[in-house]
Amino acid sequence: MSAKTLFEKIWEAHVVHEEPGMQTILYIDLHLVHEVTSPQAFEGLRLAGRRVRRPELTVATMDHNVPTTDRSLPIADPVAQKQIETLRRNCQEFGIKLYDLNDPRQGIVHVIGPELGYTQPGMTIVCGDSHTSTHGAFGALAFGIGTSEVEHVLATQCLLQTKPKTMEVRVEGELPPGVTAKDLILYIIGRIGTHGGTGYCIEYTGSTIRSLSMEQRMTVCNMSIEAGARAGMIAPDEKTYEYLRGRPMAPKDFDRAVAQWEKLPTDPGAQYDRSVQFQAQEVVPQVTWGTNPGQVVGVTDVVPDPDSFPDPNDRKAARRALQYMDLEPGTPIEQIRIDRVFIGSCTNSRIEDLREAARVVRGYRVAPGVEAMVVPGSGTVKRQAEQEGLDRIFREAGFQWREAGCSMCLGMNPDVLQPGQRCASTSNRNFEGRQGKGGRTHLVSPAMAAAAAVMGHFVDIRNWEYR
Amino acid sequence: MPLKPFRRHTGVVATLDRVDVDTDQIIPKQFLKRIERTGFGQFLFYDWRYLPDGSENPEFELNRPEFRGASILLTRRNFGCGSSREHAPWALEDYGFRVLIAPSFADIFYNNCFKNGLLPITLSEEQVEELFGRVRRRPGYQLTVDLEQCRLWDQEGLEFAFTVPEFQRHCLLHGLDQIALTLQHEDKILAYERRRGIGA
Repeated sequence: MSAKTLFEKIWEAHVVHEEPGMQTILYIDLHLVHEVTSPQAFEGLRLAGRRVRRPELTVATMDHNVPTTDRSLPIADPVAQKQIETLRRNCQEFGIKLYDLNDPRQGIVHVIGPELGYTQPGMTIVCGDSHTSTHGAFGALAFGIGTSEVEHVLATQCLLQTKPKTMEVRVEGELPPGVTAKDLILYIIGRIGTHGGTGYCIEYTGSTIRSLSMEQRMTVCNMSIEAGARAGMIAPDEKTYEYLRGRPMAPKDFDRAVAQWEKLPTDPGAQYDRSVQFQAQEVVPQVTWGTNPGQVVGVTDVVPDPDSFPDPNDRKAARRALQYMDLEPGTPIEQIRIDRVFIGSCTNSRIEDLREAARVVRGYRVAPGVEAMVVPGSGTVKRQAEQEGLDRIFREAGFQWREAGCSMCLGMNPDVLQPGQRCASTSNRNFEGRQGKGGRTHLVSPAMAAAAAVMGHFVDIRNWEYR
Repeated sequence: MPLKPFRRHTGVVATLDRVDVDTDQIIPKQFLKRIERTGFGQFLFYDWRYLPDGSENPEFELNRPEFRGASILLTRRNFGCGSSREHAPWALEDYGFRVLIAPSFADIFYNNCFKNGLLPITLSEEQVEELFGRVRRRPGYQLTVDLEQCRLWDQEGLEFAFTVPEFQRHCLLHGLDQIALTLQHEDKILAYERRRGIGA
């Protein structure tokens, strides 16, 4: 047998049918559903008189448009309310397990999937959300799909897919102190570009990746889509198995499952279509300055001059971005003042992220004039944080402590930036208007966001005085 | 759902001269709360297209008189990056676009287009540049796009061949319902599930 990559092994194990002139019919092991990209899919099923083929392989929650304030109050936005009720009704009608708004385990779909043990190595996982790549951290093939594909999976438990190419992103060495998985992935995106991974499934390899915790690996895989790759994955290992052991949905015969999972990692000598390599030592805390995640520099750098880009399209994009962001070339990143701080999103709202941010905040106050909020990724994360007293640290420092949801990562709920406001955000997209029309987003790690909240501007977390 | 078939289309070309246009720009999030699949055209490029007072932004390309009624959008690299929201192709299609031309498209968006009767065509940077030049020089510039022959041309002798994945081309030409196609292989899905003990 020829040497195979992790991706190839999973792909081949899920091929239902192949024939010339047709895309591959690929079996889907886990379908995650949320309120925003599913209503039209369920409606399509109803119109065609189709059923959900495998409701037991389908899990739903509401996360995108839900308020993060008091859940006992009715939802103020009637359109959001209707979308939530629609998911509720659809799950009931088609027999799908729903983690409803009042369920203590409700949360961001990419946080609760792993947390509850649904996400497992070797699986094919899809969701009508581009950050489904998060689940690749477990050695799963996980990618985002559109609503037509959501309907396709609901009806057939399969997808028609063209096999992507494979790309190895190897990172070697130890990340310097203060440099996190978020900085690493922003650095990688900055290097390969926002379309560097288009057409590929990325596998992250190397000693740096191996040394990351499961939550850090999720942060890395989560932003694969920001490099253009639909999926990003990391081979499962002891950390993966230890994370999963004892989770509610983990396999009952766990040792047997592990024996299978151990066969998944890429064989020695297997070929990728493309390989790139980075040194962890070179990574410093990252801050985006523009309106896509590839427009990023180190915290000790300055806002770049658009004329410094060799490509005329990049020059034009940089000019537009600086105008939107209201930034001058040459401005030191550390002099950029902020109005808001958002700690949350499927990229950085897990317990380790909150611990890291709380460690920075402890003993400090949020700077005058700055509004800062923490939105845990799930009810489970929130309770864990409260047991550890993190909520107290945040509240005493002047942060708002919210209920779980996607919140201001995309501002579909009432958590939005006002026009012109500048935000240090642990989320994944700094697109124009992403966090609110006219809002300006700088993507950073949780520790960097916390430090910015305290100082009122970006600072190099490597020099932080922890209290 | 069966698609609107696409064979040949002639229409005015509008340009959007920007790289990395993300789906948040194509259809901002405030319009994703609707549970319908139609009516998104009015919200296409909303934050670029309209000023804060709700009037049209005269600076925005698609608001130019010569681009009114355009059905072919010519743009730059990595169009449709970001979120998987199919609302983006819904909005483009509902606005009146049938063809998109760019040097590259984001993967999820590219897939979503084919499922909605929208044809994304990838051309080289040079070919895209040539088309941008022609649109600039000739207001009301039109292209004819033929999916059967995989060629596009104008009335001045320019002609480019393009490639589209064969299966997507076939589905679009015939307006096929992909779920129905997959369900023709129901026996194989069942056999696969039996082999894995799924649903047992």
